[in-house]
Amino acid sequence: MPASPSPLIQLKDINLSFNDNVVLQSINLNLNKGEIVTVIGPNGAGKSSLVSIVVGLQAPTSGAIERQPKLRIGYMPQKITIDPQLPLTTQRFLSLCGKASALKAAVQRLDIECLLQTPVQKLSGGEMQRVLLARALMNKPELLVLDEPAQGVDVAGQAELYHLLGQLRNELGCSVLMVSHDLHIVMAQTDQVLCLNKHVCCHGEPESVSQHPEYLQLFGKQAAEDIAIYTHNHDHQHDIHGDVVEAGQHSCQHDHSTHKH
Amino acid sequence: MPDFLINALLAAFAIAAVAGPLGSFVVWQRLAYFGDTLAHGALLGVALGLFASINVTLAIVLCCMALAGLLFLLQQKPSLGDDALLGLLSHSALAAGLVSVSLMGSSVDLFAYLFGDLLTTSRNDAYLIIAVCASVLALIAVFWRKLLLMVIDADLAKVEGIPVHLMRILLLMAIAIVVAFAMRVVGVLLITAMLIVPAAASRRLTSAPETMAIGAALIGASAVAIGMWASFWYNTPAGPSIVLAASGLFLLTLLKRRQ
Repeated sequence: MPASPSPLIQLKDINLSFNDNVVLQSINLNLNKGEIVTVIGPNGAGKSSLVSIVVGLQAPTSGAIERQPKLRIGYMPQKITIDPQLPLTTQRFLSLCGKASALKAAVQRLDIECLLQTPVQKLSGGEMQRVLLARALMNKPELLVLDEPAQGVDVAGQAELYHLLGQLRNELGCSVLMVSHDLHIVMAQTDQVLCLNKHVCCHGEPESVSQHPEYLQLFGKQAAEDIAIYTHNHDHQHDIHGDVVEAGQHSCQHDHSTHKH
Repeated sequence: MPDFLINALLAAFAIAAVAGPLGSFVVWQRLAYFGDTLAHGALLGVALGLFASINVTLAIVLCCMALAGLLFLLQQKPSLGDDALLGLLSHSALAAGLVSVSLMGSSVDLFAYLFGDLLTTSRNDAYLIIAVCASVLALIAVFWRKLLLMVIDADLAKVEGIPVHLMRILLLMAIAIVVAFAMRVVGVLLITAMLIVPAAASRRLTSAPETMAIGAALIGASAVAIGMWASFWYNTPAGPSIVLAASGLFLLTLLKRRQ
């Protein structure tokens, strides 16, 4: 891990257990400014618990967390379920958490103007992710935390999303901490990978992690070979629905009539 | 208009005005069972008030708030926060209330507590109810944005620095206070209807949380007007007539096609 004078967040020897069930074991992690860190690991590895601890939703059983004072965190949960009895358009949903100017900028950046009048409960998985990301961006976060941002989005949509995150990091200078199932898609965008299975199995740059024996043991050799294939196959962009688009152009004119609610 | 009717109308309109926005939160947060439990527990407050010979209204308020606090603590342990637990608590509280009130002797008019006793409201009672309802409404208005963010997603709100626990306690206590005072209007058995029926009707007509809350208050007020009118002319009990009018209005909203 590169030494930095003041990481945004420092986790020191974090342990978490529920009753006698150990969830996380002596986790050390530094999140530095402008860095993208991806946490990968099998189901039940404690990835979401780690994210909860970082954003302050969950207190660790033992260990210390040091956050920079007044650190602005933009959080994008795995999913949110909003009660259908709450009448709420996407516009109103976003306007609750910031100024109109911030809303406008975030909406333009994520190209979601066409969703503003849609009730939030009727957004599709990919649309909801964009809206949640827009919401996270509205407070000009210094740290973006995303819990499995690509869940429910197809592989091409995931690549598009991670590409977008890489761009946002450059534009805002913010750090990104995200959880992912699959290293091969995030690989091109991430600086650091933390391979988690209750304890930190291995930690480092994506290429080195992908060769690490503990990683190979967790994910199998096939996964490691897929990475090599994928990293050489990155010459075009997809929008969130999987269509190939020109660089810098997003499509928001998909067919709404096919949605069934 | 006779004085007793004016007093009753003032009290009932005040309750309807606050029950609209509060009932919307009850619907959004699925707290209907919680409201029931509080209402049933309020009867225990009557018995306690008589037993300790303190003001019965005060005893009901304290009892409801204590129950709300207890339920909040129980819900912090997710394994206990299910509807079976609330159902158990709710009906145990009702039974305990009925038994202890009957032990107090025959001086207590149980019927008045179960179904409301709106028409005996004095002018001072009406003023007190208006003051309480106005304060609760003001609280909801001040914390509207924070309450709404909590309703949308508690975790997200917490990360964004909203004091979620505090907002939840505020909401539960507001419900407790309104339930304690609405008991007079519609009675223990019908309070939850006063909270959720106007809100449910308003939901079908509105597309923003604010309009749903205000709409619910207006629908509640109309139900009060219709119910009181019916009660006056057909000599039906006031509380149930109001609730029936609200249900009628809800049925009317079903005629509107959902987009």
